[in-house]
Amino acid sequence: MIRFYIEGIGLCGPGLNGWEASRPVLAGTGDYAPAPINVPASMLLPANERRRAPQIVKIALAIGAEAFAMARRDAAGTAVVFASSGGDGDTIHEILHVLASPDRALSPTRFHNSVHNAAAGYWSIATQSRAASTSLCCYDDSFAAGLLETAVQTAAAREAAALIAYDVRYPAPLCDARPLAAAFGVALVLAPVPTAASIACIELELRPGTLPPPAMGLPELEWLRRGTPAARSLPLLAALARREETCISLGYLDDMVLMLNMTPLAASPDSHEA
Amino acid sequence: MSGEQPLGLGKSPLMLSDFSIVTSLGAGREQTMAALREGRSGLVRCGFDAIPFKTYAGEIAGLDEDSLPDELAGFDCRNNRLAALALRQDGFLDTLAAARARYGAQRIGVFAGTSTSGILQTERAYRQRDPLSGKLPAGFDYARTHNTYSLARFVRDMLGLCGPAFTVSTACAATSKVFANAARMIATGICDAAVIGGADTLCATTLFGFHALDVMADEPCRPFDPGRRGISLGEAAGFVLLERAGERLDAETVLLLGTGESSDAYHMSSPHPEGVGARLAMERALGDAGLEAGEIDYINLHGTATLVGDAAEDCAVAGLFGTGVPCSSTKGFTGHTLGASGVAEAIICALAIRHGFVPGSPHTRGVDPAFRSRYVLSGHDARIDRVVSNSFGFGGVNCSLVLGRAT
Repeated sequence: MIRFYIEGIGLCGPGLNGWEASRPVLAGTGDYAPAPINVPASMLLPANERRRAPQIVKIALAIGAEAFAMARRDAAGTAVVFASSGGDGDTIHEILHVLASPDRALSPTRFHNSVHNAAAGYWSIATQSRAASTSLCCYDDSFAAGLLETAVQTAAAREAAALIAYDVRYPAPLCDARPLAAAFGVALVLAPVPTAASIACIELELRPGTLPPPAMGLPELEWLRRGTPAARSLPLLAALARREETCISLGYLDDMVLMLNMTPLAASPDSHEA
Repeated sequence: MSGEQPLGLGKSPLMLSDFSIVTSLGAGREQTMAALREGRSGLVRCGFDAIPFKTYAGEIAGLDEDSLPDELAGFDCRNNRLAALALRQDGFLDTLAAARARYGAQRIGVFAGTSTSGILQTERAYRQRDPLSGKLPAGFDYARTHNTYSLARFVRDMLGLCGPAFTVSTACAATSKVFANAARMIATGICDAAVIGGADTLCATTLFGFHALDVMADEPCRPFDPGRRGISLGEAAGFVLLERAGERLDAETVLLLGTGESSDAYHMSSPHPEGVGARLAMERALGDAGLEAGEIDYINLHGTATLVGDAAEDCAVAGLFGTGVPCSSTKGFTGHTLGASGVAEAIICALAIRHGFVPGSPHTRGVDPAFRSRYVLSGHDARIDRVVSNSFGFGGVNCSLVLGRAT
């Protein structure tokens, strides 16, 4: 069992514009207004980079910045785990399209943006962080794999670590082979010990076996959860929004489950919003 | 913060209880070691995918004619074929069967690394799009070939394991970083042992991509040479079984003593000119191992033969180790095997320790006079007890490993 404390959350998805604004919807006390994803411009990047950066990078930077601000932690000194089920489909499509054309002349920028760790690179430059980062992929279970790795990092290093998990839709024709519901990103700052910023304690256990996944009450959010790997975080986010002691199961591969025993902490997020 | 100490490798190292490797030098440890001793490079003129420019590559013969077992046929692509070929070398499957019996399939993790996974399959599918609808051909299996996780899933299935798994894709540092993933997973009790490693194979994406960046040589690469003109690509796969160093240590046993990871915070495709991130990764690896720079006998450099990359690494190495520690890049043997280079070169280091041999640097004619580190041109016998192996990648990602002799 690994125990960790959640200090910060970042969220960006269709109709989900940041953690604070989305809390009522996730807690079941507010109405959900469906809307296309609205990625806030990241002040971390210089203006020209802000325009040029692919959407997946913008999402990663926006949710990362939101989570670190809430945690009141310096991003430059904190290790980050990036998790995505398939990286930047737009950039990959552009490259594959050019490679199938007669002249096959790639753009060098597009090539370096195509790496799975592109968001990690932009994050390190934008936050001036020389801390370690990793970028992993576990197909539909990328959020669970990322959460496990982040929790393991906090336990092994006895230091805070963040998870930044995100997916974007693939364009045609790749979307036929890999349909995703919508772009979605979630970031969590985890610490091995409680601090003034801690909003919940989670005890994580990896167990063999399967459990039916927890469904979201709202059909739109359930559609999102089913259709986008990073949105498999929604049941955890809903529990955090409700501030209820609860146990959430997160399927991991076909034969394991991450059990998350969540206890909200007395210091409510409101107490340190100023 | 907590007064508890980090779970470093220094006090509880892991052992590389078995490892397997395939590069253009050959299949298995014996052929690899023979090529290192003979100074025989695997780089030849590259004709892959009818590329319209001149370059050299370490291509692995026979993959086009290879196939996967029926039950794994859905994973069929060049990258997984190479992974399977590596898993079949050096008695690795037998070692794994014994480990599975000892620990249980659920207690062994799989942490694989790759840069491009099976994207070659999608490159081919894009050339076979329906001219009217633009659709990809029927039978294209994105999840089990192109997707980055395909590799770890394939390895897990082929080895019959059911522990934690994922693929790390941090460009050219991918299979170096999986050593650190496994070390953390084992230290925290999530698993008892782990299969780590990975594969990268030639594809148009990387051939045309590096060509577009103007960092690909039109000759076999010459790391650390004053006349170096860029990289040569290569293919490789390698796998290691990592477990706690137990009682069964002998003169053959190689240990993972430390890992160090850092980010450059500088540029997406160029290293920090003074190698600040590279030096940090090496310092962190030494710190994890509880060793001083003076205790290292050999450094396997990232050394891809780009102008700026080699200069930055020389700066970092000479700054930390001074000018006395023998070092070389083995990219002149294998080419730059991208995401697979970390594990391939860690295995070369393990062989160097076992056989008491410092690898040289084929194709490198002389050492850049501006460099200060002690670059080794010709392979020679020498006792090596502790080594550092470097891997750096796009996005400014750096990882260094410390490996050492157990007794």
